[in-house]
Amino acid sequence: MSTPTKEAAEPASKIDMKESGGGGEVPSFEITLQVRRYDPEFSDEARWDEWKLTMYGTDRVLDALHKVKWNIDGSLTFRRSCAHGVCGSDAMRINGRNRLACKVLLKDLDTSKPIMVEPIKGLPVEKDLIVDMEPFFQSYREIMPFMVNNSPAPTAERLQSPEDRERFDDTTKCILCAACTSSCPVFWTDGQYFGPAAIVNAHRFIFDSRDDAGDMRLEVLNDKEGVWRCRTTFNCTDACPRGIEVTKAIQEVKRAVLSRSM
Amino acid sequence: MTQTKGTLYKGREGMWSWVGHRITGVGIFFFLLVHVLDTSLVRVSPEAYDAVIGAYKNPIMIMGEIGLVGAIVFHAFNGLRIILVDFWSKGTRYHKQMLWAVMGLWVIVMIGFTARHVMLFLDGWGGF
Ligand code: HEM
Ligand code: SF4
Ligand code: FES
Repeated sequence: MSTPTKEAAEPASKIDMKESGGGGEVPSFEITLQVRRYDPEFSDEARWDEWKLTMYGTDRVLDALHKVKWNIDGSLTFRRSCAHGVCGSDAMRINGRNRLACKVLLKDLDTSKPIMVEPIKGLPVEKDLIVDMEPFFQSYREIMPFMVNNSPAPTAERLQSPEDRERFDDTTKCILCAACTSSCPVFWTDGQYFGPAAIVNAHRFIFDSRDDAGDMRLEVLNDKEGVWRCRTTFNCTDACPRGIEVTKAIQEVKRAVLSRSM
Repeated sequence: MTQTKGTLYKGREGMWSWVGHRITGVGIFFFLLVHVLDTSLVRVSPEAYDAVIGAYKNPIMIMGEIGLVGAIVFHAFNGLRIILVDFWSKGTRYHKQMLWAVMGLWVIVMIGFTARHVMLFLDGWGGF
């Protein structure tokens, strides 16, 4: 079902950027996009679809998916919202690794080979690139991702020193995209595992000096399906689009569980 | 269209070292089981024990033993790396460098062991 797009041929190559100087033509290049598709209304089997597209130097994988959906095949299904790496909707597997489609520039990929896009692993696929995120958010809710403070509310803010704030700064950056959890070999085979994202978000409160429920969260994560499932494969750290040191956060939570029980 | 299966996840050093650690761990477990059984033969019948242990002294078993020692050496050094990743606060930042150290140590130990093992085999295990 490959439908080549017919667009005005653009001669300039993507490397020779000089020609674009002086307000001339914007250089373009050809890509082959392969998407892993699944539609249970038609078939129980997933299949690969392929398109040849003409793209530009500023285009991302998300733009290629848009081009297909808007111009060629409207049934192609994927999630996206902000398109700027903020909302966490479009985590998918691009050339075998979890990435946000809106943060991967096509020119940074090897365009001499097909660009392969698949849904993230370990969560049930609903259609094409859309997976059921409910098990992911279920784990997130269980670690109580909100501030718990038992002292009387002050009249102004609850102050915190810069050092105390720094302690959990890294894990405040999470956008809940699930790139980490769905890159984890343990999660693929054991969907009950809380997964890196839930632990990252627990870390964000456990190490917050204003929070009083750290012990409760550590208890939740001391579960059989909690932090001890982590085998330190670092797939999560490599996948995180926010550059969070996910494995480091998990290890800190493991050590906090240990020192609490001692 | 041509492919019907999904692709393999492209994990990096951390994922492959874990795959290696699990394969060597399970492999060592099964060998140790066999080895405990054949060693326990010595209590049943020393002659049977000698016969079984004698079967180790052929080139195929020599290769197998080198493979086994290779698996143990990797598992042991990488196990120490995992312990550092677990308990050293900077361990997660240096896990790749530590893996290269593990591989380096593995190569050195294996060159030494293989040379000695093959030499002893060619000498007909004089003194063993
Ligand atoms: C030489 C000393 C050894 C050291 C330092 C060592 C170290 C370790 C460590 C730290 C782990 C945890 C891995 C993780 O958290 O991902 C582990 C796992 C394991 N070890 Fe060992 N080990 C040793 C010997 C053995 C032996 C003799 C066997 C076989 C009987 C064995 C079988 C296993 C298995 C099956 C695993 C599970 C692997 C996994 O969960 O992925 N180990 N080892
Ligand atoms: S830790 Fe990173 S990869 Fe995981 S959900 Fe948060 S932003 Fe996504
Ligand atoms: S669409 Fe919002 S993060 Fe990519």
